[in-house]
Amino acid sequence: MLRFAVRRLISAVLVLFAVSVLTFLIFNVIPAGDPAVRMAGKVPTKPQVEAIREEWGFDDPIYVQYGTMMKKLFTGDTVSYFTQLNVVDEIIKGAPRTFALAIGAAVLSLLFGVILGVYGARHAGQWSDRAITLLAVLGLSLPVFWLGALMNHYLGFELGIFPNGGYVEFGESPTGWFWHLMLPWIALSFLFVGFYSRVLRSDILETENEDFVRTARAKGLTEKQVMNRHVLRNSLVPIITLWGLDFGFILGGGAILTEAVFNLQGVGQYAAESIEQLDQPVIMAVTLFGAFFIVLLNAVVDIVYAALDPRIRLEDARAP
Amino acid sequence: MSAPLLSVEDLRVSFRTEEGVLQAVDGLSLELAAGEILAIVGESGCGKSVTAMSLMGLTRGANTKIEGRVKLGERDLVGASESELLGVRGAEIAMIFQNPMTSLDPVYRVGEQIAEQIRAHEDVSAEAARERSIELLGRVGIPHAESRVDAYPHEFSGGMRQRVMIAMALSCSPRVLIADEPTTALDVTIQAQILERVMELRREENAGVILITHDLGVVAEVADRVAVMYAGRIVEQGTLDQIFYDPGHPYTWGLLGSVTRLDRDRAGALPSIAGAPPSLIAPPQGCHFRPRCPHARGRCEQVPPLEQRDPKAAGHLDRCWLDLEAKRSLRQVEGGIGLAPAAEAQA
Repeated sequence: MLRFAVRRLISAVLVLFAVSVLTFLIFNVIPAGDPAVRMAGKVPTKPQVEAIREEWGFDDPIYVQYGTMMKKLFTGDTVSYFTQLNVVDEIIKGAPRTFALAIGAAVLSLLFGVILGVYGARHAGQWSDRAITLLAVLGLSLPVFWLGALMNHYLGFELGIFPNGGYVEFGESPTGWFWHLMLPWIALSFLFVGFYSRVLRSDILETENEDFVRTARAKGLTEKQVMNRHVLRNSLVPIITLWGLDFGFILGGGAILTEAVFNLQGVGQYAAESIEQLDQPVIMAVTLFGAFFIVLLNAVVDIVYAALDPRIRLEDARAP
Repeated sequence: MSAPLLSVEDLRVSFRTEEGVLQAVDGLSLELAAGEILAIVGESGCGKSVTAMSLMGLTRGANTKIEGRVKLGERDLVGASESELLGVRGAEIAMIFQNPMTSLDPVYRVGEQIAEQIRAHEDVSAEAARERSIELLGRVGIPHAESRVDAYPHEFSGGMRQRVMIAMALSCSPRVLIADEPTTALDVTIQAQILERVMELRREENAGVILITHDLGVVAEVADRVAVMYAGRIVEQGTLDQIFYDPGHPYTWGLLGSVTRLDRDRAGALPSIAGAPPSLIAPPQGCHFRPRCPHARGRCEQVPPLEQRDPKAAGHLDRCWLDLEAKRSLRQVEGGIGLAPAAEAQA
């Protein structure tokens, strides 16, 4: 376990380093990437641009620029090129919103994915199972920006059942918080509910034919015990794995569209806006923020996977 | 013989499939006494396993039709409710399956899986169930049972897993043990050890054992009585000696003739029964073995009854129209019992 943690930590640092270098380098190859020109205003004069370039260190060699950028990121001194606001402060402000969205959507996805998956497997081939399949395929094919916009328009704007986008702090009004997140949660989880219910349904049907399920029945266990202890216990392993990876994906940028559609002002939306402006320090920070959670959740999933399936060992085969 | 422990009367099991109704078991009757090992022999797909599963109601389902009677003592299991059957499965009739590699749940420790069965039938504490599991594992010959009880199935070899299955089957002292090809997936050396355990169980618990197999070597080793199954029906049954030394049905001859022997000349092809088992969706009319039987004649278009043919051989029944004398001469092939090739039989 310790060996695994150390190995994982080293690889995480390497991945984050690679991500930061690549993200940084992209700015030196994309057109109109010169920040000095864009910071200088609409009709910049050459001396103005030169002055900015010198002041911000854009004339330094590229590795020095990278070093400065990373140093500022880690000391929390980095600021947006355009708003001059501290990037870390902005992320800290947006993170609770992104977390609230991601956690709520993850809970909903797992809950309804499992319920619909189990129900579909138990009623395989009947009309109710087919209805769920249709719903799942819809969920898989509807893009969140389209679904979210429709929900926002009809349920929020037209009918006024839900607020038309925006966010309320939990501390301010817990019910308001809940109400504002309701549509984003549903819109974001729709895809995952569809996906999980399909995967789980087919996994259950497959597991039902396993020899050990027949053994469980031959032992004299009730149908419910067979289902819960043996079929589901085995079928949930891949779902939990997918779920963990998806959670990292949502935190790492998968919620950008949802945040933007519902104007949640989370880290995702912050990222989207910074990309529009090619705001390098912000993009660096949010990219590393996202990459960190993806790497973290990957490691967590590996640990959980090993805990759920005793055949999986975290150490490699050569380890004693 | 006193009242049988288990008696099956005219069991019929059919499955509705997309191609039509599949008659897996077609009027099967047999009796099992306490302390007896009855072998059911036949090739793959002849209905052996379906019979075994149906005894415990494990084949029940929306597309299954089960008729006839399975009596355990005085109780009929075919008509029994699902909750009645829950009390029988694992407690009164236990089962060992063919593939020990996949018959244990990979995510639970073996001790937990044995304890689960004990606790499904008896109101005992988790600790008591665990103690019993350790004792059972010791009894089936697993060394260091106190520590191995906490191992997972993947930490055991196939033979060890089959011992765990046996320990599980023994856990509630069943009256009937059904062993469905328990040694098929195992090495020959392990086979003998597993069979030894089954024999011990019969001795210690006086349980009746139904041993399902296609391995005649295993049958010769352990069985008291043998039932030969072909395409959903029993075609012959009798004591071990009756079946091996005086077989009455051409299919049995074919089976006995197909046994590979080390002392035979290697030059010739391995003996086998020509043709393939019939489809159980549209079986041949009359005797099911007719299309493969070199001795078939017009009369075989009617189903022969399962009857005693030799007045002196009590309990030896077969399903073949041939008379006793004809049988005894026709089955002699190249100095042993076998099924003559079609051309030779016609000549």
